[in-house]
Amino acid sequence: MEKTLIDLHLIKNIHTIEGKRKLNISLQIPEYGFITLFGKSGVGKTTMLRMISGLTKPDSGYIKVDNEIWFSNNDKVNIKTQERNIGFVFQDYALFPNMTVEEHLYYAQKERNVKHVNELLEIFSLEGLKKRKPDTLSGGQKQRTAVARALARKPQILLLDEPLSALDAETRQILQQEIMAAHKSFLATTILVSHDVDEISRLTDRVFVIDNGVIIKSGPPELIFGSTEADKNLSVKGKVISTTGNELKIRLNEGEINKLRAEDPIKIISEINSKES
Amino acid sequence: MDELFFQTFGISIKLALLTTIILFVIGVPAAYFLTYSKFRLKEVLQALISMPLVLPPSVLGFYLLIAFSPNYWFGDFLNHYFDIRLAFTFTGILVGSLIYNLPFMVNSLQAGFTNLPQSLKDASYTLGKSRFTTLTKILMPNIKPAILTGICLTFAHTIGEFGVILMIGGNIPGKTRVASLAVYDEVQSLNFAMAHKYSLFLFLFSFIILVFIYSINKEFLRWKKL
Repeated sequence: MEKTLIDLHLIKNIHTIEGKRKLNISLQIPEYGFITLFGKSGVGKTTMLRMISGLTKPDSGYIKVDNEIWFSNNDKVNIKTQERNIGFVFQDYALFPNMTVEEHLYYAQKERNVKHVNELLEIFSLEGLKKRKPDTLSGGQKQRTAVARALARKPQILLLDEPLSALDAETRQILQQEIMAAHKSFLATTILVSHDVDEISRLTDRVFVIDNGVIIKSGPPELIFGSTEADKNLSVKGKVISTTGNELKIRLNEGEINKLRAEDPIKIISEINSKES
Repeated sequence: MDELFFQTFGISIKLALLTTIILFVIGVPAAYFLTYSKFRLKEVLQALISMPLVLPPSVLGFYLLIAFSPNYWFGDFLNHYFDIRLAFTFTGILVGSLIYNLPFMVNSLQAGFTNLPQSLKDASYTLGKSRFTTLTKILMPNIKPAILTGICLTFAHTIGEFGVILMIGGNIPGKTRVASLAVYDEVQSLNFAMAHKYSLFLFLFSFIILVFIYSINKEFLRWKKL
């Protein structure tokens, strides 16, 4: 039986672009799990992470972690962010301009642990950059630093707020692997906020879909998003002819058509021989 | 004559240094509070601190003079219990300077804090760091240009202060007479050569400080763009 690490029920009135909305969410997250909060932007995903971390106070409800109460409206408990053993990766990275990569990791630790810092620098390929300050790093390098910093204090819970949304596809893939590796070796229960289906399918065990302030469905990514095996394994070569709406027309290179299988969620309208390309 | 000149300038600089140091110590918590607190009457407090920017120095000087006078309760209280007399003393003009220059320090620091992304503070908290550690290790080091601007502006402005000091200091040579007052005095006694000497010094001094402020800000902007 897997143990439930986080048990929460939170109610909060939030202001979104579409006006006021009531967030009313219950979640049970297993220890060492890697789950995703999925939904449109402005739906309250970030607010959820902020409430779990104690940066935003819920209107009512409770948060229990490992049977310890972090927040309870009834018992008037609201332990400080500083006392919650979490790692938070912010959407804008929130790196400290005055510190080098290495200093970020040491700052995050309660007691200086050189071995752990070196380990993190290695996992996130930051060794060569450890003396650099954030303003000289690329987006991907900043992102790695932010994740490494969040892990430096060995958090029980890792909160990732759309950590890869600002990166190009290639960097994104490398980082997804690094995050996965880190998740496996440091065993932090992880909550990811994302709306990238591909990313969610690669990384997480369970998706909670939030809409209109409540969870409308939850389950493994392949159930929520349909079969995503194709997304993972399929790679075909060709030329994009046009994109209209959510329809993408591609002229495949010769032979590529054989890679497509009938069960793949791709509609083949007609087979065009593409010798001229 | 030269001795008097340096003595007068000495008082100006001593006043400016003390004002700047004390205001820095008061200014950091004040600016922090004004930036991050959710206190309802924050705007009122903000307006009060900024009053010296728009109020004629003579008005402030007048009220301070009354407050400091042993004929009124505050002056009497200080005189009676602490043996402190503020009217026409150096301590008096220092208190006046502190009030008068408060907005230069507080507003500069506050602008610095406000321009920092809120997420820096949040990130530090999620790493288990206290407010104090976050202030000294994260916030302050990242608003260095604002700190330098606040310090330089306060210092330069104190050197250039006139009205308040005239009202509460009484222009006593060797005690409360500062360089800016000396210019006025020398002109009154038609001693233009001496007035010129004071003025030129004040002009150059202020100019150099402002050039310094603008260069640190430029340096900072360049650094931010990288």
